[in-house]
Formats: sequence, structure tokens, C-alpha cells
Amino acid sequence: MSGMERRLIRDNSFDITSKLFRISWIYVLLLSALAGVGYVALYSAAGGAPDPYAARHMFRFAVGLVLMLSIAMIDIRFIQKMSWLAWLGGVVLLVLVLKMGNVGKGAQRWIELGGMQWQPSELMKLCLVLGLASWFHRASWEKMGNPLFLIPPLIAVAIPVGLILKQPNLGTAVITAVVGGTVFLGAGLRWWKVALAAGGVVGGAPIAYSHLRDYQRARIDTFLNPESDPLGAGYNIIQSKIALGSGGIWGKGYLQGTQGHLNFLPEKQTDFIFTMLAEEFGLVGSLAVLGLLACIILGGMLIALRCRHQYGRLVALGISMNFFMYVFVNIAMVMGAIPVGGVPLPLVSHGGSAMIMVMIGMGVLMSVHVHRDVEFDERQRDL
Amino acid sequence: MKREAQRSGVFTRRALIIAGAQVAAIGGLAARLYQVQVEEGARYTTMAESNRISARLIAPPRGRLLDRGGAILAGNRLNWRALLVAEQTGDVGATLENFGRIVPLSETERARIERELRRHRRFVPIMVREFLTWEDMARIEVNAPELPGILVDVGTTREYPHGPAMAHVIGYVAPPAEADVAEDPLLSLPGIRVGRAGMERVHDTVLRGRAGAVQLEVNAVGRVIRELDRREGTQGQDVNLTIDLDLQKSVLERLGDESASAVVMDARNGEVLAMATNPSFDPSLFNSGVSQAQWVAWTSNRRAPLINKAVAGLYAPGSTFKMIVALAGFEARVITVGETVYCPGYLDFGDRRFHCWRKYGHGSVDMRAAIKVSCDCYFYEVAKRVGIDRIAAMSNRFGLGTKLDIELPGARAGHVPTRAWRIAQGKAWNIGDTIVHGIGQGFFQLTPLSLATMTARLATGRQVEPHLTRAIGGTMQRGSRPEDWPALGVAERGLQVMRDAMWAVVNEQGGTALIARLPAAPGSTAPPAQMAGKTGSVQVRNVTREQRERGFKSENLPWEYRPHALFVGYAPHDAPRYALAVVVEHGNAGSEAAAPMARDIMAATMARDPVIRSERPRVAAGGAP
Repeated sequence: MSGMERRLIRDNSFDITSKLFRISWIYVLLLSALAGVGYVALYSAAGGAPDPYAARHMFRFAVGLVLMLSIAMIDIRFIQKMSWLAWLGGVVLLVLVLKMGNVGKGAQRWIELGGMQWQPSELMKLCLVLGLASWFHRASWEKMGNPLFLIPPLIAVAIPVGLILKQPNLGTAVITAVVGGTVFLGAGLRWWKVALAAGGVVGGAPIAYSHLRDYQRARIDTFLNPESDPLGAGYNIIQSKIALGSGGIWGKGYLQGTQGHLNFLPEKQTDFIFTMLAEEFGLVGSLAVLGLLACIILGGMLIALRCRHQYGRLVALGISMNFFMYVFVNIAMVMGAIPVGGVPLPLVSHGGSAMIMVMIGMGVLMSVHVHRDVEFDERQRDL
Repeated sequence: MKREAQRSGVFTRRALIIAGAQVAAIGGLAARLYQVQVEEGARYTTMAESNRISARLIAPPRGRLLDRGGAILAGNRLNWRALLVAEQTGDVGATLENFGRIVPLSETERARIERELRRHRRFVPIMVREFLTWEDMARIEVNAPELPGILVDVGTTREYPHGPAMAHVIGYVAPPAEADVAEDPLLSLPGIRVGRAGMERVHDTVLRGRAGAVQLEVNAVGRVIRELDRREGTQGQDVNLTIDLDLQKSVLERLGDESASAVVMDARNGEVLAMATNPSFDPSLFNSGVSQAQWVAWTSNRRAPLINKAVAGLYAPGSTFKMIVALAGFEARVITVGETVYCPGYLDFGDRRFHCWRKYGHGSVDMRAAIKVSCDCYFYEVAKRVGIDRIAAMSNRFGLGTKLDIELPGARAGHVPTRAWRIAQGKAWNIGDTIVHGIGQGFFQLTPLSLATMTARLATGRQVEPHLTRAIGGTMQRGSRPEDWPALGVAERGLQVMRDAMWAVVNEQGGTALIARLPAAPGSTAPPAQMAGKTGSVQVRNVTREQRERGFKSENLPWEYRPHALFVGYAPHDAPRYALAVVVEHGNAGSEAAAPMARDIMAATMARDPVIRSERPRVAAGGAP
């Protein structure tokens, strides 16, 4: 990087051409590759046909890509100003979904809009990251040591997490809390407080378990011993592991996966899409996809590191962490390493609203990258 | 700026730590993937295969039981069934409604269909009605458009075209028991039947064949995707019995309403040509399940329709046993052929008087005459001289009281008493007992089949064993040639006297069974073949002195107290070929009830002689359906 490029951009209005120039096209390429993997997988999930999943998947990705690039053009300082509004909007949507959302699988999660089912909790995670980043944007190291300063952002995390738990959606609530915590960490939260919070979670788990709904407990129980109920709750995990394991090193060949094509694998186009790929392409294929996902996650972290303002760093960190949590929870879930809980694999699983949400997040991430060198106003910078 | 530098330093360190943690977590996922996909891969591959592949057995058609000429005794009938596949019809109720208009369904049938519909997945065919007639089939096919989801398929069911006539020999089939299923997976198939009695049971494995297997690829709900591999099973083989169906039918017809049984054997090789027991039962009832009422009716009937009396009915042989006593005496040299015994109508021994059946006696009789007129006194005397043990030994050589080589399950060996047997019971054997046993009364328990065997051995001097299996899968079984059977080892001279005397019983003036003389064959000018034989009557109750003095008549007794009537015989007398035994339960005198029956049965047998003689077993055309 030349010194010229690294100077701060004090000008509030640099033009759209130079913005496009600053977009990380390699990152866009990585995302497109991942969506391509999704096309391949969904083509197979439909039994070797572009319909009903694969073609729509690519169409949505195209829409998402336009959305992402548009958001990337929005000035990050404007986004920062809107942060708390976004947070408030997310909370309002969460309240709305509790009041009038559609009940699916025993929980109120969905809002029907534009022919798609939207989960406000997905949007909430992004809005929370924005809100927290905006709060910590001004915080100096000293200020981070002041417990009173930490109370408002803690409430900002507690409200949406509480609302999501009330749906109830344990998985997303945990992910939301972890993502929020990561922003705290990036902002300079003292390690002993991190340790304290971690200790509190470990200590509180048994208490939390006793307050879980039956189906959530069943999930955890099945996870601990899937073979205890091979035709009931443990069926998904067992069949998924059979599919993974029978894939071997080189896989059964494209469109040749018996577990997937004979419907032993449940929800293969959504939650278990990774299993489907791993069965047909083996360890080689699954590691390749995992590598691609790692590149996208670490690319996001790189964007955070390269950003020259605290707001952008924290936003990029939060969004990357969110993406990482999706990937980790989903893949660990299909391998039976953590309890099953409707978390799709981003940009690969079938599902329109999730795709759009991910791409909005990616748009904000790219906006951070585009505006990595902009200068926030003096007052904020010197606090 | 200093603060900003500090903040950015903290962030960079922490971001790197977080990124490190993410990399570690992803590395952990990769390691776990390696573990599942490579290290445990083989195990999961097996599980995936067993998920995918479902092996199903295909039942081969059960082999048929044929008579010696190839007539079907137990066959397979095509069973047309109407099935309903719920997923192929929009409205199950409407389809059943329409079906009910064509083939009426009863309330219980509807309830069963509803129950099965609830219990099975929607693509599993449910049996709506089986044993459809051709007319029903046609009407269903014509109305097919109104019957979506209904399909007609064909299976097989066991059929006994001659029902009661062959029931005791053929036996029957019934659904297998739990224990059977463990030993042959074929038996787990729905609709399969196993032989439960008679020849169905004897040749069950041969008839059943071996199951074929088909490997099917199935999906998660068990629907068949495609066939991967097919291994045909071994068809059940047809078995030819020694029975001659037409003869069997005429024998059974001749038994009429009596509680009786008759066995006709080929005297030279032991082939059982007819084995009839009356009353009988319909074996096909077992195929579909016997009702409680039917079962009670069978088991409470004192004529015991379910018992094959020919092999499981036990009787004292009466006078038909006298040849054995004579031969025992002759072989032991306690009496010669020519020695006469004087019969005053009774024999006094100790303080007991043993009566001859003829009140005023027969005068002096030699061995031939004693059999011809069935003089009891002569045999009292011979038995007294030779002793029970030598009589028993001679009986055993003639197949009496020993286990015969007949295949039928439930066949009884019967019993001939010996001194040792009686002592083992804690009783003494007195000479008086021997005397009673000299005329075939007493502790004897013999089957009609063993009496027929005795007669065949008397006639041929060979140790023939009765048997029912002639050919399996077209291959003749051992025992169909006379040379298969060893000589009996009884002095020919003695046998000749017996044969001559038995000829005299039927064909000489004064014989006890002149009524059994064979008629001339219709339309033939040649002199008729002649039968040799012996009558027997067995008291089932002692006749008291008082009754005897009042001029006792057994036909005045209640049915169950009347004596059994027996007849054994063979023909032609000069070239023995057929042997028979007839037992009429409570039929009074052998000469009255059994002898005429035996005459007609033997006449029928002789009339069918050319048919029976054709050696090759013919297999009915068409094979097993």
C-alpha cells in the first residue's frame, strides 16, 4: 500500500467511481463462489434439476449482490448515525413478531412479507452490531474500564436476546449474545470481565436448561445421546452422520449420494446442505467448502484490521463473527457436535430471506471496506 | 492520536486472537470431518447401504401333491385379489363406495380395510377382497375408471380339489408358527403356508422349495426405487403319491356312512393305492382358519373325523390274526399242517371255559380247515402250545406291533403283548391270557395299515413296507420294485398252507367269507380273479354267560358296544398283487359288514389294474401355477 492511499480521507464526498474502485472485488468473487457451491448443492438436492431450488437461489444471489454493492456505496458515517435507529427498528420488529408473527416449529419467528418469511432476529444481529459499534466508537481504553459506561450497551444486548429467547429460539439468542460479546471484546473490554461473563454462562447453563422448552431440552438430550432414539429426535443426526461418513475421502460422486437422494437425509436443501455436499464430494469436497468459508470469515477480519476507524473495525468484526457463527453452528450441527437448531449455511442453503440478510450484512461490511480511510469528526476521533 | 493508537493496538491484538480462535474452531471442524469421513467412513458406508438396500424374499409356488397317475391332489389355485393403494385415489371413501356397488363389502370387511388404511403408509397396497370370481374381476376391470387406486393382483392359495376324499393322506397347510419362521426366512412372507399334517407335512421342505431374494433400493419411507439384484429361488417340487385317486374315491364311497377305514396296498412293493377313512373333513378349511364351532363339531364327534383311522386307529385283529398263530405254531413245530384238533364248541382250561364262536363246535379240524371255518378251539390249542412270546415274535415279522415305514405323521406302531410286557406292568401272564390272544382278542392294538401289511407279506413272502411316496420331482423313490424288499424268512410251506386256507375262506363251500367272492369282470368271459382273505370280529365288551344263554345277538346292542368287523385279503390268489384290510367300527361280524365291502373294493382295484400297472408317474401338464 502506498502512502498516498493510506492517507485519511477528510473529504466527505468522494465520488462513486472511486468508491467502486475501493470495493474488494476478490471478496465479492469469494462470495460468488460460495453461492456457486450453493447452486451445485441445490441442483443435486432437487434430484438433478435447477428447479425448485438452484435457479431461484442464483436469482436471489444476484438480487442480494446488487443490494450489497448498493449498501457498500452508502457512507459509513451515515450508517453510524443511523445505528441506534436501526437497533430500535430491530427491537420493534422483534416485538411485532412476538405479537403477530407466524408460529413455526413451536416458536414465533416469522413475518410474512413479499412472499418470503423474514426472521427479524437475523436483522437484529446486524442492527445490534451497528448499535454497539456506534456506542463503543467513542470509547477510549480508560472509558472501557468504567463499569457504568458498559451498562447501556449491556442493556442493548439484553433486550433483543431476551426477546429472541421469548420466541423461543435458543440458537439465535446464543449467537446474538456471542456476536454482541465479540464487539465488547473488540472494543477493549477487560479480560477479567470476559472471564467473569464466561464463568457466568458456564455456571448458569444448568439453570438455563431447567427453563428450556421441552423441544429444546429434547434437542440437547438427543445431541448427548443420538442413538437413544434412532427413529425419533436422533434420526436427523444419525442419518446426517451416516451420509457424511459414507462419503469417504472422494465422495459418492455428484448426484450419486444415496442418503440425500433417497430422502434419508432430512431438510437436505436447508440445514443439511453441507451433509449433502460432503456425501457426494467426500472429505476433499467438504474441506474445500470449509476452506472457502474460512477465507470469507478471515477476509472479513482482514477488513476489520485494515479499517482506520473504531466504528468500522467493530462493525466488520461483528459481521464476520456473525458469519462465522452461522458456519460453525451449522457444520457442527450436521456432524452431531452441537445440538440441532435451524441454522442454515449462509449463501449455500435454500432460503430467500436468509440470503438477503447475509447480503445486507456483507453490504455493510463492504461499506466499511470502501470507507476504511474516512475520517469521523474531530470530537469523536479524540475522545 | 495517542489514544487512537492505543485503541487500535488493543483492537488489533484482540481481532487477531478472535481470528485465531475462529481458525482453531474451523480446524476442529475439519478434524472432526476427517474423523467421520475417513476413520469411521467404512462403518457409515455399511450403514448407508443397509439404509438403502432392502432384501425381500420371493416365495416360489408350493409344489403339488399328485396321485400316481398325475392327478392333482393338492394344487395351487390362482387367488385374484383386489388391492387398494390409498395414494392413487383422491377419495378413498368414494372408491370403496363404488367398489362396494360392484362387489358387496360387509361391515366387518369395511372395518378391517379402514383399520389397515390407518395402519399403513399411503402407498402400501391394502387387500380389499380376495378369492374374487372371474365375474367380479371382469366387473372391476370394466369399471376401472370409477375405481382409482384399485388394482387387481394374483397370488396363489392351496387348493384340495378332492377335499375330504384325500384329507387324511394329504393333510393340510396352515400359517406357520413363530418357531418355524426362525428356521426358514421364507416363512416370514405374508400368505405363506406350511404343511401341518399328512403328506403336506412329510414333504414340506421339498414342496416349499427355497426362497428367492430380490434386492431393492428403497428410500427413507420404504418406497421401492429400483431393483438392484434378483436371485431366483428353487421351485417347490411336485410329489407323486402311490395313491390312485379314482380307487381312493371308490373306496371311500364304498365305506358309506360307516365309521370305517380301508387300506389297499400293492402287495409286491408296499405302495399304498388307497387309504380311506370315514368320516373325513375338508382340509381347505385349515387354509383360511377353522372356526371354533367347526373345531368343536370335529373333536366331539365320536366317529373322530380328524383321526386317520387307517394308521392311528387301534383295534384287536380278531380272527384275522389266526394265520400268525398258525405260522408261529408251525414254525415252532408244536403242530403240523395235518394234525387235527377236536372242537366241541369250547375249550376248558383250569376253571375257565373258552367258547368257540360256533356253539356246537366244528368237530375235528386241521390247520387249513381251522382257518377256513375260523375255528376258535384250534387256535386256543395252538396258542396254548406255542406261547405268547413266539406269537408276538411272529407278529412282529409280519409288521404287526412294530413301527412301519409309513411316512404319515401320527402313524401308530400299535402293540402286540408279550409276557415281559405284562410283567413289567406288575401283572402275571397266565396261560388263559395266551389262549384268548390265540384268536386275536385281548391286549392287541393294531392299525388297519399293519393288517394290510401282514396280508401283503403273507401273500408275497416279502418284507414289504407300506409307503405313500412314489416319486419326487419325477424321480422314482426306492421301494417301487418288488426286488427292493427282502424275503420274509418264513417257511414257504407254512405260507402256502395259509394262502390255500385263505382262498378257501372266500371261495370254498363252508368258508366264512363266501360273500367276498369276486364277481366276474363286466364284459369279460374269462373266469374272474379270486380273492383270498380272512374275516374277523372283535368284541369290544365281554359277553357274559347269562347273555350267551339267552341267545345273545350283538346287533341288538347299542352302536358303541357292537363288535368291530374286520376283513383282510389279497388277490389274485394265484399271483398276489393287491392286499387290503377293512375295519368297520362296531360293524358286527366281519363276514357281514367288512367282507362285502372288501369284495367291492378288491373288484374296483382289479378293474383299475391296467391303470395302476402303468409304471411311469405322469405329471399333470402345466406345472405348478
